Amino acid sequence: MNGVLESFASPEIRYALVAPLLIVLGGGVLSVLVEAFVPRESRRTVQLFLVTAVLLASFIWVVRLAGTNELAAEGTIAIDGPGLFMQGSILLVAMVSALLIAERHVDPAGDAFASQASALPGSVDEKAFTQQGWLQTEVWPLFLFCVGGMMLFTTANDLLTMFVALEVMSLPLYLMSGMARRRRLLSQEAAMKYFLLGAYSSGFFVFGAAMLYGFSGTISFPGIVEAMAADPGNNGLLIAAIGLLFVGLLFKIGAVPFHQWTPDVYQGAPTPATAFMAAGVKIAAFGGLLRLTYVALGGLRWDWRPLMWGVAIATMLTGAIVALTQNDIKRMLAYSAIANTGFMLIGVLSTNPSGLSSTMFYLLVYGFTTIGAFAIVSLVRDPTGEATKLSQWAGLGKTSPLIAGAFTILLLAFAGIPLTSGFTSKFAVFSAGIEGGATPVVIVGVFASAIAAFFYVRVIVLMFFTERAEDAPAVVVPSSLTAVAIGVTVAVTVILGVLPQSVLDLADKASTFIR
Amino acid sequence: MNWLLILLLVPAIGAVVVALLPKNSPELAKQVALGFSIATLVLVIAMALQFDAQSTEPFQFVTSTPWIESFGISFALGVDGIALVLVAMAAILVPVVILAGWNEADHSDAPTKGYFALMLALEVCMIGVFSAIDVFLFYVFFEAMLIPVYFLIGRYGGARRSYAAVKFLIVSLFGGLFMLASLIGLYVVSQREFGAGTFDFGALTQLGMDSTTQRMLFLGFFFAFAVKAPLWPVHTWLPDAATEAQPGSAVLLVGVLDKVGTFGMLRYCLQIFPEASQFYTPLIIVMSLIGIIYGALLAIGQTDIKRLIAYTSISHFGFITLGIFVLTSQGQSGSTLYMVNHGFSTAALFLVAGFLMSRRGSKLVDDYGGVHKVAPLLAGFFLIAGLSSLALPGMSSFVSEFLVLVGTYVRYPLVAVIATTGIILASLYILWLYQRTMTGPLKPGCEDIKDLTGREVVAVAPLVALIIGLGVFPAPALDVINPAVDQTLAVVGVGDPPVGVTADCDFADGCREEGEGQ
Repeated sequence: MNGVLESFASPEIRYALVAPLLIVLGGGVLSVLVEAFVPRESRRTVQLFLVTAVLLASFIWVVRLAGTNELAAEGTIAIDGPGLFMQGSILLVAMVSALLIAERHVDPAGDAFASQASALPGSVDEKAFTQQGWLQTEVWPLFLFCVGGMMLFTTANDLLTMFVALEVMSLPLYLMSGMARRRRLLSQEAAMKYFLLGAYSSGFFVFGAAMLYGFSGTISFPGIVEAMAADPGNNGLLIAAIGLLFVGLLFKIGAVPFHQWTPDVYQGAPTPATAFMAAGVKIAAFGGLLRLTYVALGGLRWDWRPLMWGVAIATMLTGAIVALTQNDIKRMLAYSAIANTGFMLIGVLSTNPSGLSSTMFYLLVYGFTTIGAFAIVSLVRDPTGEATKLSQWAGLGKTSPLIAGAFTILLLAFAGIPLTSGFTSKFAVFSAGIEGGATPVVIVGVFASAIAAFFYVRVIVLMFFTERAEDAPAVVVPSSLTAVAIGVTVAVTVILGVLPQSVLDLADKASTFIR
Repeated sequence: MNWLLILLLVPAIGAVVVALLPKNSPELAKQVALGFSIATLVLVIAMALQFDAQSTEPFQFVTSTPWIESFGISFALGVDGIALVLVAMAAILVPVVILAGWNEADHSDAPTKGYFALMLALEVCMIGVFSAIDVFLFYVFFEAMLIPVYFLIGRYGGARRSYAAVKFLIVSLFGGLFMLASLIGLYVVSQREFGAGTFDFGALTQLGMDSTTQRMLFLGFFFAFAVKAPLWPVHTWLPDAATEAQPGSAVLLVGVLDKVGTFGMLRYCLQIFPEASQFYTPLIIVMSLIGIIYGALLAIGQTDIKRLIAYTSISHFGFITLGIFVLTSQGQSGSTLYMVNHGFSTAALFLVAGFLMSRRGSKLVDDYGGVHKVAPLLAGFFLIAGLSSLALPGMSSFVSEFLVLVGTYVRYPLVAVIATTGIILASLYILWLYQRTMTGPLKPGCEDIKDLTGREVVAVAPLVALIIGLGVFPAPALDVINPAVDQTLAVVGVGDPPVGVTADCDFADGCREEGEGQ
């Protein structure tokens, strides 16, 4: 008995290092309890207070940890520069997204989420719930768990932790996608697609992880690196493992050929959830991809880089070209997200510190820009809900110059026009790509941005220079929540376009993984 | 504090101040705008007096602050002789245009003060674009200029203003994107060569690019500049934009803004891509020749006075581009001087034509006739402006056109001969225009045309003085321009052909040696 106890050393968690994560996940648990025990009328207040406190506290802790370069929880979690930078980014975009999720003045029926997500669309139940004016707050625990999963994903230092993080992040997202108040069938279809494809891709990820374990006998990234160094010849299993792991991660970032879900889900999900997903998942999944490729598979970069070249080129071109043909604003933004994923992949495949720092910078600024864009989409409405048909946006610049102007700035940032953050970030990944010897990919990238510029400019022309459509939607005046979100995202987009040096420096300083 | 920084700040502050003035006092806005533009002009003159034409430094009044260090971008300003005369031209034209266009914005739906605030904002961009010596900063000003011009045309222009403004904006943006792509390419090349990427113009001229890269990147820049200039066949936006714009904005558009295109060719295309420039020379010369003759022929056929003037400019831009790309010192000096002279003579033409049109309320040539009987002063100014446009000896344009043709002749005699037909056509379109509108019997409807007011005379008189002054005594301008041109040619590595004027021989020889050395 004594012998057993002595041989059992309790795991050393190092709570100070993982505190940001624990705060968010603990907040999620509390949030569930709030749903269960707090009376309906005061739930929203309590939830908002809780979410604000949790995100702020976690962010402050992340900032306090800046400069840390250590392993926590027995080496399963790496708290290093890139991990903290991306945790911070996730928390920032989560704060802005939370403003959108909390908005209750845009939809006349309440908020963007279904009164009762379990009620069948079109059923008597649904009508009853809607007429009674039910408003749910169950999105908040999902939101917090999702943020926690994202934060874990960027710091996971072994395959199993990464997989768990992947699921913690994804499951709430599947649910959130299906909770739209309007066009519920579309929303549920989106959730179903996202769930099925996501489950498959998780399956691939697990297979890959198992094979990699079979090869190296360990799941920890440093251990895998050692195993590879010890056995440089045995490649078959390894290549298969890498391929399968990449399928799982490329699905999450929405890279071609695993991008098919993006437009459907972006279109179907409630817009605040789309905004959160578009920004947050991108950061988290790229965080995981970067750590896997730079740390665990860094030694094999000559094997996976050609693959990544192909994926990046296909992603940029597909995103840019298919976006040209879209006539729904949310689908267009989805394809724009795909194209941007391609640009970020250039940073990944350049496999150098500037590739890492430029991708991190790109993720942060892209997150803000994309949330701003979806926030504006949520404001342009006709009687049936959001007016997402592109033709309905004609002449918006004449009736709502302010909103159209803000959207123009965000579109110019997507297009990578100088003096917006989009230019800075694209420039950074392109020059990192060249430095890393990926010149052909960068040339395709410049070409793809030129194509992409057309459909962004097309929307601007549509808003400002086209006559107003018959079924022209109105711009709803939001509460200060959405207004603040739009203001912040536009300000970040402009400021990081004009004076990006300090954030670039921060990303540079943070660009070393612990190994 | 640096001269150029002050030059950017004064009109910028002016634009903000004018924009903040109360809406209901348009006269105050005009006066304040005029004050700021004159203050800018005084500063430019003071700066020009300190400019040392003999200096061996490539740029003077240089100031440089790191901007985005990670990408080697700095906020760097400085002028050489070429940039100096163009900045001076812009600074002279803005007060002239404000004074001449005193009432242009009065009948618009948009507030009057906006018109003048935009003009000052445009002046900031114009000074910035000519004095940037960081290629990225140049690009930013290059694109930023579109915004005030878009609003000047789109809000204060004529009946088809929104069509013209959109066409202008889209075409220019499209051209700019090509330049942006080349810009990134250039940065990448510099990164490879110097270790750290840079946008510093001086450093970029030292790049040793292979010829394929050069030719690709050259095209991006050249396309953007050709659209801006505009060169045939990408000129179609100019007649629309110039016709729909108020005369004052048309002056700034054609007189200054379009010079950015030719200035960019001279500064950036030639010096950063010397080998590619020589490779494309035949093509560009042919485009210029077509532009000269095509523009002139179309000008002859126009029935709308402003459209006619716009087409004459396309012809003149052909001359300017020709002079730049024949790669001789006379040609380039001529072209630079031409940019300035064309600015003044087109300004005079547009403004006097604008005075005329505002009196009769028609843009059509056929509606006028015998105007000199009722408005001799107006007719006189119109004739002088026209004669300057057709390059009569004694007018400043003559000097520049002559230099361009001489510079062309020493290298491509046949091209010079063809280009000369442009002069003949010029006398046709100008004199015929004058004949139809000013001479002959007084057309009905023209009886009430009043002669120029004191304000209008004061606005146009400086232009006429400059046109004649620089025609008789171009030395002050040429003294400033020539060293800069010599430097440009030295960077390109091309010397004048040996038949040149004896005084130029020393330079030419020295230059050729340097060219062979590379």
